[in-house]
Amino acid sequence: MDLNYSPEEKAFQLEVRDFLKENYPKDIQQKVAKGIALKKDDYVRWQKILANKDGWVAPGWPAEYGGPGWTPVQKYIFDEECGAANCLRTVAFGLVMLAPVLMKFGTVEQREKYLGDILNSDVWWCQGYSEPNAGSDLASLQTKAERNGDHYIVNGSKTWTTHGHYADMMFTLVRTSQEDRKQKGISFLLIDMTSPGVTTTPIITVDGMHVVNQIFLEDVKVPVENLVGQEGEGWSIAKSLLMHERTYIAQVPRSKKQIVRLKELASKERYNGKPLIEDANFKAKISAVEIELMALEMTNMRVLSKLSSGDAPGAESSLLKVKGTEVQQAITALLMEAVGYFGMPYVKESMTEGWQEAPIGPEEASVLAPHYLDWRKSSIYGGSNEIQKNIMAKAVLGF
Amino acid sequence: MNLEFTEEMVMLQDSVNKFLQNEYDFETRQGLSKTGVGYSEENWQNFADMGLLGIPFEEQYGGFGFGQTGLIVVMEAIGKGLVVEPYLASVVLGGLLIQRAGNEEQKEALLPELIGGNLKLAFAYVERQSRYNLTDVEFTAEKKGQKYCLSGSKSVVFNAETADKIIVSARTSGDNFTESGISLFIVDKNAAGLSSRDYQTVDGLRASELTFDNVMVDMDALVGDVDGAFSDIEYVIDAASAAICAEGVGVVTQLREKTVEYLKTRKQFDQAIGNFQILQHRCVDMFMTEEQMRSLTYLAAIKVAEGDGAERTKSVSAAKVYLGDARSIVGEQAAQLHGGIGVTDELDVAHYVKRLTMMNALFGDRDYHLQRFSQA
Ligand SMILES: Cc1cc2nc3c(=O)[nH]c(=O)nc-3n(C[C@H](O)[C@H](O)[C@H](O)COP(=O)(O)OP(=O)(O)OC[C@H]3O[C@@H](n4cnc5c(N)ncnc54)[C@H](O)[C@@H]3O)c2cc1C
Repeated sequence: MDLNYSPEEKAFQLEVRDFLKENYPKDIQQKVAKGIALKKDDYVRWQKILANKDGWVAPGWPAEYGGPGWTPVQKYIFDEECGAANCLRTVAFGLVMLAPVLMKFGTVEQREKYLGDILNSDVWWCQGYSEPNAGSDLASLQTKAERNGDHYIVNGSKTWTTHGHYADMMFTLVRTSQEDRKQKGISFLLIDMTSPGVTTTPIITVDGMHVVNQIFLEDVKVPVENLVGQEGEGWSIAKSLLMHERTYIAQVPRSKKQIVRLKELASKERYNGKPLIEDANFKAKISAVEIELMALEMTNMRVLSKLSSGDAPGAESSLLKVKGTEVQQAITALLMEAVGYFGMPYVKESMTEGWQEAPIGPEEASVLAPHYLDWRKSSIYGGSNEIQKNIMAKAVLGF
Repeated sequence: MNLEFTEEMVMLQDSVNKFLQNEYDFETRQGLSKTGVGYSEENWQNFADMGLLGIPFEEQYGGFGFGQTGLIVVMEAIGKGLVVEPYLASVVLGGLLIQRAGNEEQKEALLPELIGGNLKLAFAYVERQSRYNLTDVEFTAEKKGQKYCLSGSKSVVFNAETADKIIVSARTSGDNFTESGISLFIVDKNAAGLSSRDYQTVDGLRASELTFDNVMVDMDALVGDVDGAFSDIEYVIDAASAAICAEGVGVVTQLREKTVEYLKTRKQFDQAIGNFQILQHRCVDMFMTEEQMRSLTYLAAIKVAEGDGAERTKSVSAAKVYLGDARSIVGEQAAQLHGGIGVTDELDVAHYVKRLTMMNALFGDRDYHLQRFSQA
């Protein structure tokens, strides 16, 4: 048991810190710090800078595919430094979700065709799993892919597709057979978003923003070489990558930064003539979240430590997802509470770039309630927290 | 003892609910909220015709004399219908303030007009630094000859945009944070030197930031005693807090009913998700919260009607703490149990959640009222 970084790890930490200081664009940092909506260009710009730095955009990729080939501890340090520097979260769909699938299940041609573009953010991916009637019960999905010569013909609809309107490609789960257990008829298919028959319609979320979409697929022709793995193997492929998705959702460094933000805000706001942070109640509430986060961080490190010795993440990823999102949600609530009445004004433009007017009340207050409301999503997506608890009940407790 | 509503109240309840059912579906509400001033003048006149604007006021001014109990009934319906008309701002805050603190002349001049739907009021009491402390008044009123000169800013003033007159709290003497030295003035919305920045709120209502730049008013603009308005303000904020707890009960009832309905129809894993016991228990928590809230809201209404004192303070704060709890037990859960659709703008549930969320901060949040309760 040793919490301290080795000299090499410390050197690495400094290298990352210096690199971020010099290369992370200030305008993007400002946006992240203020909670302003990011545009595709912001993501691409930063991801390209990271990619050019020895593949830093893909901490989880082995060196043979262009990743930095870091140890779990190095990845952790990198995450930590990115969180502290208010870095934007790189988009997971290609880098964190699809890439490991292609490395493990894809053909050589698929890897050659897609991995480079993912690394360089030249091709954008979205995740087409959920359907209107297949949410938590993903295996009940109905989007059909029928083989017709060297093509599949795909019909159905996908929903909640994050960044679907930005994406060039979508990795999907489709039904290729109706027989047998419902999980067995599912295949993993890559669909070009520009194919005839693909339409994308926006879904506006509670904060008034457009991030998610419904996608309609009508007689979409998809070449058979876009099938990943074997026909009918889609479910086990998807399951293996959901673990990655969930671990990614925990976001400890980001929550740490949010607590710093909360404390800054509470120091500026006044209550009974004194800084709000000196109010015993409010202070205690911040401490309670900090304690949760402290525990989560240590648990996260214990999981990492186990992973470095070669184990795969199991039910731990569910734990990290549930606790990680609970902490995030608690912080969004406190940020909103900190500004009292000023959480009420809704100025949609203040959440987007280029808003120049004077704030109403504390600067940035108007984004806090929309963020609180929007962040309810974190306990729903990536497999709802109820589903994660079901998984833990089965895997850990044996029910 | 009888804790049932009187026949009169039941009739009132029926007529408001019927109006909302027929004229106030969710799409209509959304339309009203998004356009122009944020509500319908036609509805406002209907409210006047139905007698809703006179519910809490004494009969001699044209009211019904139903007091706080009447308000509870109307406000619960307002919560159910997510009503955007300025009832809280004009009738509850403005009207009750005039009824309690105004002199005979003011009451006779203002209340019948308000009850008839021809006059709207707003109450400006929040300041940039004040948070929930009603004694933190930096806004000043200075006597200059036979006039008062008002200077300062007020924040998040509900429906100031469409109000004809604004009642504003000001410091006429004493140091900040002292109860004495606070006075109330009633000012024409279009008075010289009064400017406003109007905006929508997260829950689809309208509010404004007001700036008073040496606004001159006559002596008769004073509402209540010079330096002695604090207890009037405290009373009105308590009455309004009890009223929004009733609105909260309406919101919570809708969220519980809509969530239960959804759990019965939404299928996953080849069955209604309501079959999962964990989700049933969450709905039971909503139900228990709703009933406990209703109890505390009635208690608060009774204590507000009885007047000033520690019992009023305690019971209002108790109800408000419960309203704060409802944000997580009912609001957050309702969104969660709806899954993805629960965080979309399209679904009515999301808007009930927004209202419940904003109501926590209105008139002091859960922490504030817990503290106030413990100190009363
Ligand atoms: C903002 C956002 C972005 C998203 N992005 C994507 C994306 O990019 N790609 C994609 O494919 N999907 C995406 N999703 C979809 C997400 O994965 C689903 O919303 C999620 O799986 C839940 O499904 P559902 O919304 O249909 O809820 P439902 O499955 O209908 O669940 C409703 C409620 O019932 C509960 N429940 C269901 N089954 C059980 C059970 N067995 N036991 C206990 N409780 C249960 C759930 O926890 C939830 O509270 C996104 C969702 C959101 C909100």
